Amino acid sequence: MDMPSPNPAILARKARLAERLRAVLPADAVIQDEAETRVYECDALTAYRCPPLLAVLPRSTQEVSAVLRICHEEGVPVVPRGAGTSLAGGALPTADCVILGVARMNEVLETDYDNRIIRVQTGRTNLSVSGAVEEEEFFYAPDPSSQLACAIAGNIAMNSGGAHCLKYGVTTNNLLGITMVMMDGTVAEIGGAHLDAGGLDLLGVICGSEGQLGVVTEATLRILRKPEGARPVLIGYDSNEVAGACVSDIIKAGVLPVAIEFMDRPCIEACEAFAKAGYPMCEALLIIEVEGSEAEIAHQLGLITEIARSHNPVELREAGDADEAARIWLGRKSAFGAMGQLNDYMCLDGTIPVSSLPFVLRRIGEMSKEFGLDVANVFHAGDGNMHPLILFDANKPGDLETCEAFGAEILKLCVEAGGCLTGEHGVGIEKRDLMLHQYSAADLEAQLKVKDVFDPKWLLNPAKVFPLSVTESRRAVALAAE
Amino acid sequence: MMTPGSEAELAEAIAGASGPLCIQGGASRGLGVEGDVLSTRGLSGIELYEPGALTLVVKSGTPVAEVEALLAAENQRLAFEPMDHRGLLGTDGEPTVGGVIAANVSGPRRIQAGAARDHLLGVRLVDGSGQAVKNGGRVMKNVTGYDLVKLMCGAHGTLGVLTEVSLKVLPKPECSGTLVWHGLGWVASLKVFCEALKSPYDVTGAGRVPQGAAGKSMTYIRVEGFEDSVKYRLTELRRLFSDLKPDELNIDAEENAQIWQSLRDAEPFHGKAGDVWRTSVKPTDMLKVTGQRDFEHVVDWGGGLIWSLVPEGEDLRQKLADVPGHATLVRACADTRARLGVFQPQPAPLAAISEGLRRQFDPRGILNPGLMG
Repeated sequence: MDMPSPNPAILARKARLAERLRAVLPADAVIQDEAETRVYECDALTAYRCPPLLAVLPRSTQEVSAVLRICHEEGVPVVPRGAGTSLAGGALPTADCVILGVARMNEVLETDYDNRIIRVQTGRTNLSVSGAVEEEEFFYAPDPSSQLACAIAGNIAMNSGGAHCLKYGVTTNNLLGITMVMMDGTVAEIGGAHLDAGGLDLLGVICGSEGQLGVVTEATLRILRKPEGARPVLIGYDSNEVAGACVSDIIKAGVLPVAIEFMDRPCIEACEAFAKAGYPMCEALLIIEVEGSEAEIAHQLGLITEIARSHNPVELREAGDADEAARIWLGRKSAFGAMGQLNDYMCLDGTIPVSSLPFVLRRIGEMSKEFGLDVANVFHAGDGNMHPLILFDANKPGDLETCEAFGAEILKLCVEAGGCLTGEHGVGIEKRDLMLHQYSAADLEAQLKVKDVFDPKWLLNPAKVFPLSVTESRRAVALAAE
Repeated sequence: MMTPGSEAELAEAIAGASGPLCIQGGASRGLGVEGDVLSTRGLSGIELYEPGALTLVVKSGTPVAEVEALLAAENQRLAFEPMDHRGLLGTDGEPTVGGVIAANVSGPRRIQAGAARDHLLGVRLVDGSGQAVKNGGRVMKNVTGYDLVKLMCGAHGTLGVLTEVSLKVLPKPECSGTLVWHGLGWVASLKVFCEALKSPYDVTGAGRVPQGAAGKSMTYIRVEGFEDSVKYRLTELRRLFSDLKPDELNIDAEENAQIWQSLRDAEPFHGKAGDVWRTSVKPTDMLKVTGQRDFEHVVDWGGGLIWSLVPEGEDLRQKLADVPGHATLVRACADTRARLGVFQPQPAPLAAISEGLRRQFDPRGILNPGLMG
């Protein structure tokens, strides 16, 4: 992945910039030392690294505003950073940028159960939002698998999802209001504790804009009462086609599980070897979870198992108690760890229409042979969000490049099947150059026009989301204005 | 009136327009915008429906009724429960999917299932320069690039004219049940809403109408699902309200449909003189709106949405100046609409962004000009 070359004029102004930032921030909030800026050289896409010019760690909306105003005046690019867990390189710096980290802004500002909202500073981690309302049996629904570490700021930037979004939706469906600082330092309040913000749906376009439209410092999030209980069932089939048909039949029957997870044989084998969850060795494994009271769970599982049986499963295992439920989830939840033990891996997240699942899995199998790299699939089957894990050896010359080429072909396949490049991780730098496979130049132009309004100088996270060739003229204008 | 039969024809019509256009779907809302009428009714038809994938793709001019019938045959529905404005506005016409999406029209189930915008997966549109654009797609999780899908939903045609939309549909539940309280005051009604919505019983409707069949106000709580589950949850909910016992427990399918359609469409105000305002507030701020005792109110969304019947020409926004949220003037004569504005004015930074977006997507200012600012 190419990144634009740093602007020498900005590199030369490092000392002055640091001085100006120090004038508006506490002394320990401006990081200038090269050994310390290295902490921010990458996010969870570790194959790409570049220490930023400076990093700042403000504690308030006012401090964020002061930082952005200075960077705006100085014409310095800013890369916002939540917890740095992006798998797509969303927080990857350039050498001439300021990293604006919100990690120190992690307060809960308000919890209001009557109105079912929580207001937080966005540096707070996803899981600790649920933690803050757990006492009252509430939770925050979007649950990306990095939820222990990832920040709400990053969730909003990437419109993060999770395993339970078939029922509860993703970040954008659970975000009611924000405080956002624009690149010129203007503070904007959008939405609030009411359900629909007025005017154009700015909240909708800001959520998922990968930190390119503004820096969100506070968020009002919808919280929900926990269901009385939840229970999974595990179903094994000897073909992907049959497993796919089973999922489709369950949905058509009017049951809406909270999660439908799908694992293919390579994934089952790796998980079993790693976690010994007692999974059957078969071609396709479904884990389906339903919620409600005991009687409601029993009723829904009854319908699901009846449909599942009509497709002749090789295994059908209901969880009798919490232990058995945990064992059913054990393998799935350790899938990534299992892969990590086998090899280095790249995790993709293209989405496809559920109906094309068997075709796409078959093609991925064929491509795996062509590229000579193994691939295992875990999959949110209810919403079509795939997670192919391509295994490679980072120490073997050329393997990363082969893996990236294979990954790009899988994502193109997802688009051809009627799906998209990314379901929940975001584009970042990882999928940036594939955007023209999904969208025409005119489609992308419409998106760029939105950025032109929010950030006319193209200073916020400018080298992400869109192919560099597509944004070049706009970024050049920003440089020329120096 | 122009009624293009394809996206290409629509693009041509917009590119060739020499003045303002009034964008029209089924003409059931009557926007009151000056300009040549550009209708989407020529763009009608189902492009794709996969019940097993909960996905529907339709052209924007397709009647809502046609879509609802198609879905019902597979035991599915549009879960956001779009209202039908005809009764309230005294209009004819045939509501279209494009109109519903352009106005982000969402009914009582918005509190649980989300608004129209939460079920919209993708759009095709033609912007004010006549350029066709697509965004999103037909899959449920999609973060590929900016979410212009949401931006277009609720833009009332001011950023572009929708030509095709993809929607997430959901199963129609087996049963719907409603707890009904007669003659409950505002404070007690709010308490019922809050307690019910804080419970784990997955409430899908919470509202109040000023006068039900018995001549008293009616406060409603709805749950939906499999029949045994509905009965169980209604029983548990009733137990929650030991000091505020509901007067009825109704699981009759037709009566339930009637109750919620009436609330959805603000039926108590049909045919009554006066302006109708629609206010969106934090649910517990409902009392500040219903505290305007000179006006009648219909409440939905557990207190978060209030329909108010206000004497002609009076400005409800002025009375609610300190209440966070916004009020939309849904029904009034042309003069009042022009004087007060249909939509609540926004704070300066947001107004500037909105104006900037309009200028980008409609540089000549010809798409429903003036409607949103």
